Amino acid sequence: MVEQLLTQPRTTTDPMLPNLFRIHRVLKESYDTFTVELVSLEGYQTFPFAPGQFNMLYVFGVGEIPISISGDPLHPETLVHTTRAVGTVTKAMRELKPGDVIGVRGPFGSAWPVKEARGADVVFVAGGIGLAPLRSSLYHILSQREKYGKIVLLYGCRSPEDILFRKELEKWRARFDLEIFVTVDYANSRWHGNVGVVTKLIPKAPFDPLNTVAMVCGPEVMMRFTAIELVKRGVNPENVYLSMERNMKCAVGFCGHCQFGPTFICKNGPVYPYSQIQSWLSMWEV
Amino acid sequence: MQTFAEILKETRFFKDLNPEYIELLAGCGSNARFDPGDYIFKEGGDADTFYLIRHGQVALEVHDPRRGQIVVDTLHEDDILGWSWLFPPYKWHYSARAMSLTRGVAMDGKCLRGKCDMDTALGYELMKRFAVIMVDRLQATRLQVLNIYG
Ligand SMILES: Cc1cc2nc3c(=O)[nH]c(=O)nc-3n(C[C@H](O)[C@H](O)[C@H](O)COP(=O)(O)OP(=O)(O)OC[C@H]3O[C@@H](n4cnc5c(N)ncnc54)[C@H](O)[C@@H]3O)c2cc1C
Repeated sequence: MVEQLLTQPRTTTDPMLPNLFRIHRVLKESYDTFTVELVSLEGYQTFPFAPGQFNMLYVFGVGEIPISISGDPLHPETLVHTTRAVGTVTKAMRELKPGDVIGVRGPFGSAWPVKEARGADVVFVAGGIGLAPLRSSLYHILSQREKYGKIVLLYGCRSPEDILFRKELEKWRARFDLEIFVTVDYANSRWHGNVGVVTKLIPKAPFDPLNTVAMVCGPEVMMRFTAIELVKRGVNPENVYLSMERNMKCAVGFCGHCQFGPTFICKNGPVYPYSQIQSWLSMWEV
Repeated sequence: MQTFAEILKETRFFKDLNPEYIELLAGCGSNARFDPGDYIFKEGGDADTFYLIRHGQVALEVHDPRRGQIVVDTLHEDDILGWSWLFPPYKWHYSARAMSLTRGVAMDGKCLRGKCDMDTALGYELMKRFAVIMVDRLQATRLQVLNIYG
């Protein structure tokens, strides 16, 4: 299949047809999470995207899955994805090595509101693998630091072993213009940081709720309770953005697999304002 | 130097409490200071105090014979530490260890229980405040148990 795709010149920009990318580098982020850096095999020098968008990654012979872009939008020459190995495709992807080829369709979906947030404090709330889809937005905002108020990252994960992008978090923590609070669900006494769920960090985090844009990413339950806590603190629900996940197939709004309320996550999402989706979040079937 | 009444008034916990009650409660307070690694109290010990943390970080721990000390929660500036002094059998359920230099106000639970028994309106005020903390911690614990990060 890969050979066939490489030898047949592309005649259309069919959004259903994967572009071929070679794995340039694989980084182990934790025991179950890894980052792949991809370069185009079809001569694309860059792969522009907006922070928050995702690609459909195709592991040939196994399947195709949506994964957010976790790289720096200012460096679109390599395409970066961070994935947690949970099932068939993600586990097969974890076995890939530098030089292997992968199919990429995208970028798809809505972006984090990085323009709308200018002039305001920005609070990132990440849970587990949710830090990966937020990272591109963090890169973007830090590259234009002067345009924003306070920047706060609240990051929760299961245990110290689950913390992603450790080195980068340490580097960011050393900056004076970004506040980072990390919390884990449980730890032994060698851990010197916070213990408790990420929502616990919200009441005391240093931001002005009346002038804040919040970007939240993680499993749905975590996002639901985070949004409630942010609103309780005084953040306007219109300024709270969540990145939703549903099973996806086509990623271009044809198949209906990712329907969420009257919308399709692949086209209208994945990033939505909480005010728009609040009532669908607690429904059992939407 | 600030009086205990002034210190209590500034805390989230006692904010907006009737000044007369603050004066009354201040009589049960004393200064507390713990070095990093000090145990403030230990699981199973007599619970006759609660603490208003003014500075530092405290770990709540459970001992597991296989895994050693497991930290289940951390508390920080302006948090309340301890409510076992409120209910019989007045024994600590967890251990509390100072993770960094920790300073605060230790409130004598026996003294407080006596004042609350004499003035039930004061008792009700205090109970309402502790109930909010307990509900918040219960909700947080539920999320922890749910394993919300997937
Ligand atoms: C828009 C969008 C962006 C996404 N971005 C990322 C990303 O940046 N990084 C990333 O790692 N994932 C991301 N995901 C989730 C990712 O697409 C799924 O984890 C993936 O599709 C699982 O495929 P699989 O074949 O490996 O698992 P499957 O074989 O389909 O599932 C195997 C088992 O894993 C469970 N499972 C499936 N998905 C998850 C999950 N997300 N968390 C925990 N358990 C799960 C299933 O319930 C099942 O029990 C995103 C999803 C969407 C919709």
